[in-house]
Amino acid sequence: MKKNWWKIIAVVFVLYTIIAGFLLKVPAQPILHESIRNLYFHVPMWFSMMTILFVSLWNSIKYLSKSNIESDLVASQAAHTGMLVGALGLITGSIWARYTWGAWWVADTKLNGAAITMLIYLAYFVLRGSIDEEQKRARISAVYNIFAYVMLVVFLMIIPRMNDSLHPGNGGNPGFNKYDLDSNMRMVFYPAVTGWILFVVWMFTLRVRLEKVKRKIYLND
Amino acid sequence: MSTLKRFLILLVLAFCSGSMFAQAMQSATQAPVEMATGLYQSGKIYVVVAVVAIIFIGIVTYLILLDRKISKLEKEVQNK
Repeated sequence: MKKNWWKIIAVVFVLYTIIAGFLLKVPAQPILHESIRNLYFHVPMWFSMMTILFVSLWNSIKYLSKSNIESDLVASQAAHTGMLVGALGLITGSIWARYTWGAWWVADTKLNGAAITMLIYLAYFVLRGSIDEEQKRARISAVYNIFAYVMLVVFLMIIPRMNDSLHPGNGGNPGFNKYDLDSNMRMVFYPAVTGWILFVVWMFTLRVRLEKVKRKIYLND
Repeated sequence: MSTLKRFLILLVLAFCSGSMFAQAMQSATQAPVEMATGLYQSGKIYVVVAVVAIIFIGIVTYLILLDRKISKLEKEVQNK
C-alpha cells in the first residue's frame, strides 16, 4: 500500500476530472459549444503519450550506456503504452473533428503531425520484430527510438507552431489558447493531465512487471 | 510520507487554489452561444456523469486486480 499512493492520486484525479469536467461551467465559444469539454479528455491523452514515450527514450539511452537488457524491455513496453494512448488521442480527435469541422480527418499540420509520429513509432515495432538476436535488437532499436523521439518533438511541437492550423489553440480558430482557456477550465485541466499521466504510467508498470516475470520464467527454463 | 510526496501534493494544491483566485478575471459574455443548457436544467447530465464514472471505476477495479495478480506472480517467481 505504501508504494501505491500515486496510483490512488491517479484514480482520484481522473475521477474528479470526469465529474467536474462534465459539471463545472465552461466558456461558451462558437463552433466548439459543449465540445470544449474535450480538453479534459482528449488533450491529456497526448500529454501522457509524450510523457510515456519520454520514459521510453530515457530507457533506450540507458540501454546504450549500460547494455542492460532490462532497460530495453522497459523502453519497448513504454512505447507500447504510448501507442495505446496515442491511438485513443487520434480516435477521440477524429470523432470531435467530425462534429465540429464536418470531416473525420482534414489535412491539418497538427493532425498529420500526430499521424506521422504514430507511424514512426509503429516502425519501431516493425524494426524490433525483424531482429532475432536480443542484444542486437536492443541496440538498433534503442538508436532508432532516439531518432523517433526527435521526430516526435519536430512533428508535435515545432512544425505545428510554424504553421497555421484549424485545431483549437492555433490561428484564427475561436478555440482555446492561453487567453481564453479560462481559470475555471484550468482547475479541471491540470488535475486531468496529472491524473491521466499517472494512470498511464500505472498501466505501463503493469506491462513491464509482467514482461519481467515472463523473462525470468523463460530464463529459468 | 517522504518530502517528495509532500512537495508533490503541495504543488497540486497550489495549482488548484491559484486558479480559484484568478476566477474573478473571467471575461464577460458576448453574443449567446448555444450550449447544452437543457441537459443541465433537466439534471439528466448527472446520468451521463454516473455512467462514465462507473465505467472508469470498473476499469480501475480491473487494473487493481491485475496489479495484485502480477504481484503474486512476482513473489512466486522469486521464491523458485
